[in-house]
Amino acid sequence: MSWVLVALLVVPLAGALMLLVPYGKGRLLRAHALTVSGVTFALSLVAAVAYGSDGAVGMRLVTDLAWVPWLNLRFHLGVDGVSLPLVVLTTLLTFLCFVYMCREGGNGPDRLPRGELGPGRPRALVFTLLLLEVGVVGTFLALDLLLFFVFFEVVLIPMYFVIAIWGGHARRAAANKFILYTLLGSVVLLIGLLFVWARTGTLDMVALASAHGAGMPRSAQTLAFVAIGVGLAVKTPMWPLHTWLPAAHTEAPTVGSVLLAGVLLKMGTYGFARIAIPILPEGAAAVAPWLGAFAVIGIVYGCLACLAQRDLKRMIAYSSIGHMGFVLLGFATLTPVGLNAALFGNIAHGLITALLFFVVGGIKERYGTADIPALGGGMLARLPHLASLLTFACVASLGLPGLAGFWGEMLALLGAFDPAPGLSRPLFLTFMVLGGIGTVLTAAYFLVMLSRVTHGRPTETVHAPLLAAVGPAETREAVAAAERVTEKVTADAEQVVEETMAGGEDSGPVDTAVVDDTGGAMARRDTEGARGSDSSGGGGRARGGRVRDVTPHELAAWVPLVVLILLFGLWPKALLSLTDPVVHGLLGAP
Amino acid sequence: MIQSVVQSIDYFAVAPPLVLALAAGLVLLLDAFLPRRPYVRPALGAVTLAGVLVALGFVIAQASRSGEAIRTFCVPESLTAPTRGIPAVSPAAPPGVEQVTQTLTGTAAVAPGPGAVSAPSCSFVVDDFTLIFAGLVLVAGVVVVLLSMTLLASGEIPVGEWHFLLLCTLTGAVALPASRDLIMLVVALELVSLPVFALTGLRRHDGRASEAAVKLFLVSVVSTAVTLFGISLLYGVTGTVHLDRLAQVLRERAAVPAAPGPGQAAGTALPQAAGAADVTEGYVSSLHIVYDSPPPDLSSVVTVAIVLVLAGFAFKVAAVPFHAWAGDVYQGAPVPVAALLSVISKAAGFAGLILILVTALGSESGTWVPLVAIIAALTMTVGNLLALRQRHAVRLLAWSSVAQSGYILAPLGVRDEEATSASIAYLVFYAAMNLGAFAVVMLVSRRAARNELDDYRGLAFRNPAAGLALVFFLLCLAGLPPGLVGLFAKIVVFRELVVGGVGWLAVVMAVNTVIGLYYYVAWAVRILTPAPGRAAGKAAPGPDRREVREDDAARAVPAVSSERGITGHAVPGASSGHEDVGRAAPETSSGREGVPDQGSPAPGQVPGTPDITAPAAPAAPTAPAAPAALVEDADGGGSRTGWRAGWMPVAVAIGVTAFVALLFSVAPQVVLDFLPGVVGIGR
Repeated sequence: MSWVLVALLVVPLAGALMLLVPYGKGRLLRAHALTVSGVTFALSLVAAVAYGSDGAVGMRLVTDLAWVPWLNLRFHLGVDGVSLPLVVLTTLLTFLCFVYMCREGGNGPDRLPRGELGPGRPRALVFTLLLLEVGVVGTFLALDLLLFFVFFEVVLIPMYFVIAIWGGHARRAAANKFILYTLLGSVVLLIGLLFVWARTGTLDMVALASAHGAGMPRSAQTLAFVAIGVGLAVKTPMWPLHTWLPAAHTEAPTVGSVLLAGVLLKMGTYGFARIAIPILPEGAAAVAPWLGAFAVIGIVYGCLACLAQRDLKRMIAYSSIGHMGFVLLGFATLTPVGLNAALFGNIAHGLITALLFFVVGGIKERYGTADIPALGGGMLARLPHLASLLTFACVASLGLPGLAGFWGEMLALLGAFDPAPGLSRPLFLTFMVLGGIGTVLTAAYFLVMLSRVTHGRPTETVHAPLLAAVGPAETREAVAAAERVTEKVTADAEQVVEETMAGGEDSGPVDTAVVDDTGGAMARRDTEGARGSDSSGGGGRARGGRVRDVTPHELAAWVPLVVLILLFGLWPKALLSLTDPVVHGLLGAP
Repeated sequence: MIQSVVQSIDYFAVAPPLVLALAAGLVLLLDAFLPRRPYVRPALGAVTLAGVLVALGFVIAQASRSGEAIRTFCVPESLTAPTRGIPAVSPAAPPGVEQVTQTLTGTAAVAPGPGAVSAPSCSFVVDDFTLIFAGLVLVAGVVVVLLSMTLLASGEIPVGEWHFLLLCTLTGAVALPASRDLIMLVVALELVSLPVFALTGLRRHDGRASEAAVKLFLVSVVSTAVTLFGISLLYGVTGTVHLDRLAQVLRERAAVPAAPGPGQAAGTALPQAAGAADVTEGYVSSLHIVYDSPPPDLSSVVTVAIVLVLAGFAFKVAAVPFHAWAGDVYQGAPVPVAALLSVISKAAGFAGLILILVTALGSESGTWVPLVAIIAALTMTVGNLLALRQRHAVRLLAWSSVAQSGYILAPLGVRDEEATSASIAYLVFYAAMNLGAFAVVMLVSRRAARNELDDYRGLAFRNPAAGLALVFFLLCLAGLPPGLVGLFAKIVVFRELVVGGVGWLAVVMAVNTVIGLYYYVAWAVRILTPAPGRAAGKAAPGPDRREVREDDAARAVPAVSSERGITGHAVPGASSGHEDVGRAAPETSSGREGVPDQGSPAPGQVPGTPDITAPAAPAAPTAPAAPAALVEDADGGGSRTGWRAGWMPVAVAIGVTAFVALLFSVAPQVVLDFLPGVVGIGR
């Protein structure tokens, strides 16, 4: 059965390479994307079934081939309870992203509509996303330090292009920031990995993990842990190294955000569980208080930053920093409970944040903005299904018991209550208290946001086009057109504003114009694309018509996430029974 | 006596340089005697290519035969006899010499014994080290010949001379790694360098090229002089030119102070002392210089010699304090010559550097290792920082190749002879990716003589194969997947640094990798972004167009102002801005390259700038640049007849380099397994 893991890499790779051969457009591309990602997802389910649930420790479905003997680089793949859920999550999210891209309507560049393809170079996007999948799945499957690093790097370039080509306004800067930050992290990681190799003489993760740091003195382990930890922490991201994340999330297209938050961040935390902690236990013990401190700072900082955000996507990006803080806090405790919490939190965060970004992407597409004040309120009245999904995702994210988000945070705090023997208990109790405050703050910002966006009376306001951001020369005409639209609608709407002002306490800022939302979205799109003539837009919505609520494709992409969030929330054992035996092995605990 | 001096030459060993030299002569004769017909030009190219391929065939034949290294031009028996007659030398010397021989030759070590050290010193040795460099140079030579076929199709450059000079350079570059004495090393190095000046300046009436040739000439001559000075000091100290003898003498010299002294009383140190005593009694070099007194303490002289040799080679490989020539020379030279400089000439320089430092001066590593480490750190940092600001494609590649020199040098800054193989591995990988990048640049330069980065905008749409190939090569140079070859190359170097305990250099290199990534990826993004002219017509995604415009506007304004700022008080020709203006003006006015510049300030400003700069810059460049640009213009736009003929070779070159780079990406062991004397740390 070990062919399954190889196939998990080969199928998306072959699917991507097939796209290099020119062939028919439109429907075929869509079928291709769905088939390849669907087959990959099915393969991951096959791997999950083959893995079984007997609770025995150890790698399964191992493939071990020499690749570059001179570098000791082996093509060594395998799966265990830690990596299996992440692999399934990756293939699932990729598949759902393609399903989401098949939606009708909307104006995002990330679409694969039926019939004539949009202008967003969808072929290249499918190619990039499939490569991304290869990299992420490979990272989770690799059992060789250098192979892990190679796959870790494979992810960078596709994600860079997803942001830089299909992103929003400031995408170039965001993409550069993303790749420079993460590459710096990777190189430091590489130095750490090579240092481990130099000291132990092997690259085999399994052998290294079972050695539990034998042969490396404490100082060397600490040094290696810091190097590897910094490399992984950039990806995670840990608090002082997080600054690339909000920009990347804000600018990335919806599918990019989903994959970035859903799986890419997990590569960092997975590295902690797979490499840093088991291979360098003494180093981990030495650095754990610092890791915990940074994690807790990240939690509180993320929450406070969220409270200050106006942009929905940016807010969710910062909330990711907070949630990743819980994951890191779980690791920092170095106890089985903490590690289980971290791994559970990983998966839960992947599901919940992916759903959040999907829903926010849908909102942004409908309203033309993700600015909270500009969204006005009353989404529950206007778009009941979408707003319900947003509410569900937010409530899951803030850790309501019964949903997946709860267990990760609760267990992490529980782990901090009783950290591993070598660690200072009072310090970790402090961390626990601060983390608890973080959960309260998390609830606070999500509820505030919900109250602003979903509740209240529907004011039907949208943000005026960001005219200032448009270049001078060729867009004049388009800008003028957009201005005409805006002026007209503004004039129309002034009396509406006066009517609604009484009810809506959070009125928009000065530049908020009350318009027919479709028209506003169109106007914005015109200025952005500088194509005045092409404003009729992509299907489904006519000027002046109602905004469509959740479409079937969106529903198909989102419902599996909802189901899984409920499932893991009500039945956490489904995941914990997978991770728990492995975690004991990783920690060398009985 | 005369009889004993006559020596037999192993013609199989010297076949590759010999074939190249004969081909060079043949090309010159054919050029002189063949009638001036259209077919002559490709015919001469074909002869050159055949010569390089035959030489490559000999190298492969040499590589495929197993066994000991082939040695020729050895010191005759009669001359070595006095030294060989002293058996007591052997016990002291073998371990060290053995190690050096093993590291660099990769041959199975002969059982340590008296025979090992007293093997005659040879000037020309074909071992793994030689073969890997010769193979690298010849494959690169094939690519350069293909590129120059494209260049020569324009008919602007005399074909016979070009190919003759090219073959001469290759002869030197193949002979150099086989050289095992200082004289031959210098001669081969000069044989590599001298024809390149002429190649650079062969495009007549091109002020930029002439300037580049003069700069290259001056720099190269100075560096040769410095090297020669250092080498003469080495010879003076040791009395020998053969590298193995040199190493032996230096090693013994180093051992002398450790020995109990002239008295030789200690019984335990007897063998060593005896060895030292033998040396002091009379080491007879191949030139019959006899030292009959205890050697004075010449270690400071050796240090000076090392510094001078290092400086001389640093010029050749464009390492940092001596890197300044790279930008102007690469940009001024024809693209194939720039490729030659960045790969073949650089490989030759590194071969010489490794031979001298590791083979000859291995015992003095305490002196040169820290020096090399510092030079490496400076080279990669300065090269990358300079490359960050470039807008000209070849100039960017020039500085990036300076930075890559730093990566190649880095393993030499490890006190471990095995680290050299990491340098060689990096050099081979670098050669593949850099040649590929130059091949695509050559292709683009036919259309856009200006060859700025913005000319690459939308290349992936105009010419998908070339565009994607260039993206691949750039990612290789950046060291990111899918350019795995670059990643492996960097891992190899990082490994040596980490294992060798030079952590600070590893950190410097890590930071540099990130800096380098920025400009490589920025270029790659340009290639994948639709061209502005294209986007207006076709339905491109909205954001892209806006973005393009922003970019252009942002670029045009500071660019023009900075050009002014530089040229106002610049030394003529020393600044890129100046040259760019001189070049850009006629092209913009001639309206080539579709849409000249989208940003509104650019068209207004650029034609005006030469008026400002021309009086400020008294020297040649601006004036001759104009006709040259026009000539290129006519070539790129006008001569459709030669277009197809010129297109093929460069496409083949891109294909070859892409194949090699892909092969190295998937199976780097093709190179790594071939590296001499390497022991993986895991084993």
